Amino acid sequence: MNVPADRKYRNSHEWAKLEGEVVTVGITDYAQHELGDVVYVELPEVGREVEAGEAVAVVESVKTASDIYAPVSGEVVEVNGALEESPERVNEDPYGEGWLFKIRPKDPSEYEGLLDPDAYLKVLEEEG
Amino acid sequence: MDRREDRAFPLIFERSQKGRRGVRPPSVGDVDPEALFGRENVRESPPRLPEVDELSVVRHYTLLSRRQIGVDTSFYPLGSCTMKYNPRVLEAAAARFTALHPYQDPETAQGALELMYELAEYLKAITGMDEMTLQPAAGAHGELTGILVIRAYHEDRGEGDRRRVVLVPDSAHGSNPATASMAGFEVREVPSGPDGEVDTEALKRELGPHVAAIMLTNPNTLGLFEKRILELTEAAHQAGVQLYYDGANLNAIMGWVRPGDMGFDVVHLNLHKTFATPHGGGGPGSGPVGVKAHLAPYLPVPLVRKRGSAYVLDEDLPKSIGRVRSFYGNFGVLVRAYAYIRLLGLFGLKRAAALSVLNARYLKALLKAKGFRVPYDGPTMHEFVAQPPEGLRALDLAKALLDAGFHPPTIYFPLIVKEAMMIEPTETEAKETLERFAEALGEAARKGLANPGWLEGTPYTTPVRRLDEVRANRRPVLRWTPEAE
Amino acid sequence: MAYTPHTEEEIRAMLEALGLSRLEDLYAHLPPSLLNPEIPLPEPLSEDEVLRVIDGLAAKNRSGPVFLGGGVRDHFVPAIVDELASRGEFLTAYTPYQPEASQGVLQAIFEYQTMIAELTGLDVANASLYDGATALAEGVLLALRASRRMRVVVSQGVHPEYRAVLATYLHAVGATVETVALAGDRTPAFEVGDDVGAVVLANPNFLGAIEDLAPLAETAHRAGALVVAVADPLALAVLRPPGAWGADVAVGEGQPLGNAMSYGGPHFGFIAVRERLLRQLPGRLVSMTEDGEGRRGFVLALSAREQHIRRSKAKSNITTNSQNAALRATIHMAALGPKGLSEAALASAAGARRLYEMLLEAPGVKPLTRPPFFAEFALVLPRPPEDVRRLLARRGFHGAYPIPDYGEGAALFAASERARPEDLEAFARAFWEVL
Repeated sequence: MNVPADRKYRNSHEWAKLEGEVVTVGITDYAQHELGDVVYVELPEVGREVEAGEAVAVVESVKTASDIYAPVSGEVVEVNGALEESPERVNEDPYGEGWLFKIRPKDPSEYEGLLDPDAYLKVLEEEG
Repeated sequence: MDRREDRAFPLIFERSQKGRRGVRPPSVGDVDPEALFGRENVRESPPRLPEVDELSVVRHYTLLSRRQIGVDTSFYPLGSCTMKYNPRVLEAAAARFTALHPYQDPETAQGALELMYELAEYLKAITGMDEMTLQPAAGAHGELTGILVIRAYHEDRGEGDRRRVVLVPDSAHGSNPATASMAGFEVREVPSGPDGEVDTEALKRELGPHVAAIMLTNPNTLGLFEKRILELTEAAHQAGVQLYYDGANLNAIMGWVRPGDMGFDVVHLNLHKTFATPHGGGGPGSGPVGVKAHLAPYLPVPLVRKRGSAYVLDEDLPKSIGRVRSFYGNFGVLVRAYAYIRLLGLFGLKRAAALSVLNARYLKALLKAKGFRVPYDGPTMHEFVAQPPEGLRALDLAKALLDAGFHPPTIYFPLIVKEAMMIEPTETEAKETLERFAEALGEAARKGLANPGWLEGTPYTTPVRRLDEVRANRRPVLRWTPEAE
Repeated sequence: MAYTPHTEEEIRAMLEALGLSRLEDLYAHLPPSLLNPEIPLPEPLSEDEVLRVIDGLAAKNRSGPVFLGGGVRDHFVPAIVDELASRGEFLTAYTPYQPEASQGVLQAIFEYQTMIAELTGLDVANASLYDGATALAEGVLLALRASRRMRVVVSQGVHPEYRAVLATYLHAVGATVETVALAGDRTPAFEVGDDVGAVVLANPNFLGAIEDLAPLAETAHRAGALVVAVADPLALAVLRPPGAWGADVAVGEGQPLGNAMSYGGPHFGFIAVRERLLRQLPGRLVSMTEDGEGRRGFVLALSAREQHIRRSKAKSNITTNSQNAALRATIHMAALGPKGLSEAALASAAGARRLYEMLLEAPGVKPLTRPPFFAEFALVLPRPPEDVRRLLARRGFHGAYPIPDYGEGAALFAASERARPEDLEAFARAFWEVL
């Protein structure tokens, strides 16, 4: 399972990548695989203040809908509007063009507290 | 039908010819809409409805019906849905009441009101409850009504602000948590124990002054009767928590035991499941709600009451939650259920329940012999949840059953069983049908293990084969438009 | 016993296969204190006997020419509607969860969705709800979700029972609702606060009056509220549809389209919305798609909104809807076509207008509704409407529904295309006599 080394993770299968002052959030390759064909993504409003662990987006496949939790607290500064037309990008490129939203974090230490790639790989092993 | 015709099976709109007429309504001659309504109120262009002759309408919907299976055409063991035979005398009974208007003087609707009153009495007796409303239009609507009644009760006792949580087992129907949310409650799931019944200890830990109600189905969605039900309801009542009974599975036990005696405070019924009224392709149904006396003041208005020899619609319930539907509910469905109860009587209802359990147990034994697994294999009642032999998917077997002429069971529910196949044969199926079904399912599994490609390709004989649901959800087309063609 | 196929022989064989000896053994593991309660029910009857009981009850009702309304009226229903909608394949199917075996119901829903969207002048309709009142409640909840506001303003022109159901649903979620009283028979202009999520208007309103609601819709939109319109589906064959005067959501009672009055149900509720509100719709939706061989087919779509997937976060708890009643409406509209439906609507309205004029000639009767109105109208009677309704009923006519909330002596009347000139005259004569 593809788990890039350049970012952090949550055990609910979101990834978070800090670039400058902004954290980009998406779902992992494992998560997109488990969900199957993504048919719709409900994204938060830009400007919304979110808490770490708060459900802020929903990724839907034909038969399931999964809440996506904010990995860090802060303000939503951008969402991936291209997913409205092309939700399949979440399946095709979960770590790139399939990103969901960006947060400007309130507290940088929260990012550091997320799982590193090795820890996330252990989570995946446990889920079997 | 040949394949080409299948491919082109038209929409009614595609049979339209400009200027063609079908059935003509009674007419008073030419009426000028602008003179009658004023020009500014008249629609600019007529709705684009099909223009079709009567025979074409008949052919269209007759041929369409042949692209549909129902209990009348096929064994339909859809778990939790109780797809029993719908006796046609029920339809004949309902036809006797179609010309009544809901606002006619109740003096001239005494037969309808008497029927409703009597039906409520029967349902109270069958469930062991003290009062009953017939107003809710479906099971989920009954759930909402019942939970709102519980909410009103807590509010009336000054505990409304405190009791904000509804407990729901993880095996519950999705409508339970959805209902609790709609009624303004927070939902908490309670895990099932290793035997498939509610984990009583886990549930007791959740009880407290913050809990308004517990919603349970008994037998539960695994088909198991919650044997510790008395202990459970007593513990809940001690904590001031109200017990809600989801009646989806009442068919298993009607006449044998009663939710009221188990300690439930509220019960909803699905007349379109247990009492043999037809599902109609998804409705209409009816979801009467029964309550114990302490909750009766909160029921929706109006209630049918008997005053002397007259039946009246009583609107005078000051603590009522209000109305949940216009008029008095799905009256035509009530007539059917009344007729069903009169046909069967207590003896017939008990026998129907027992035979539904017998059929389900027998079918379970047949399928186990074919290599199907039953993860919570207790003394299941009217339904059971099986898993396909290792390596097979429930979805594929469901599709293979369509080729064998059967409607598949409910699949992927309850959520606590992987690859779940929830099977409810009902009492109206013959022994040989169960045997043929088990053979067909066993054969599909055998062939599927030997040739996965074949199984994944099923169904081969239906009007359409597996449809592209991803496309339908990514780019839904929800209406016909002339331009699109 | 009725309707079960088992012979005694078969029961024995099946029990034996399970290692049991009697049917009672199937319940042996249940708490003994609960088993076999006394349940007083009448003795079982044969089919013929049941129908005699039913006939006995039916004989205690009195049918007759119906001049009552409230959204449910005595309209003409073509014979083929009963015939086709009660075909066993449609009647005895469950919700179409297995599309390959359910193309009949699925395509019929797709046709229905199209027809309702056409009638309302909006983009998309769902597969049906329970009735007009619950459709309104769902429509308002939808508008509150979309606007993220918790205040609702509703015109008194909306059916009182619908408003009562709305109040029940809104109390549950903690939203507030206030009512704007009618000025005479029509909704006055009113202010809309910027915390209002939904403004609810009816056209024609409960008193039958056709209102010019476009200015109110504009006011609502300026305040950021959505407009929820209650509509009469038959009127939509001829009147300006909600989508054309600014409504975002249209709901209503479907009975006038191919369904019997049936003492108030079963009927169906319809709901249609603008495209951007699609994801907020409750209940089932059917989409067109294709199978692997390129054949057109239909499936349930956007199910992730619904209770069986989304559970506590679903848009609504609805599952069973009113499919067979909606199918009746679909066949009804196909059978009548745009011309026939418009004729039925115009004949109903013309009959109502004729009746209005005749009844107003009676001494002491005053108009409450002023033209233009559709198929229903309200009058103020010189004696208690309850008495008038009763006395009319004793003469074999059903009319004059008391609506005290709209003023002392107020009563509602209606006509349909089924009322011939002589029926209207006979009713008017009886009305004169009982006043």
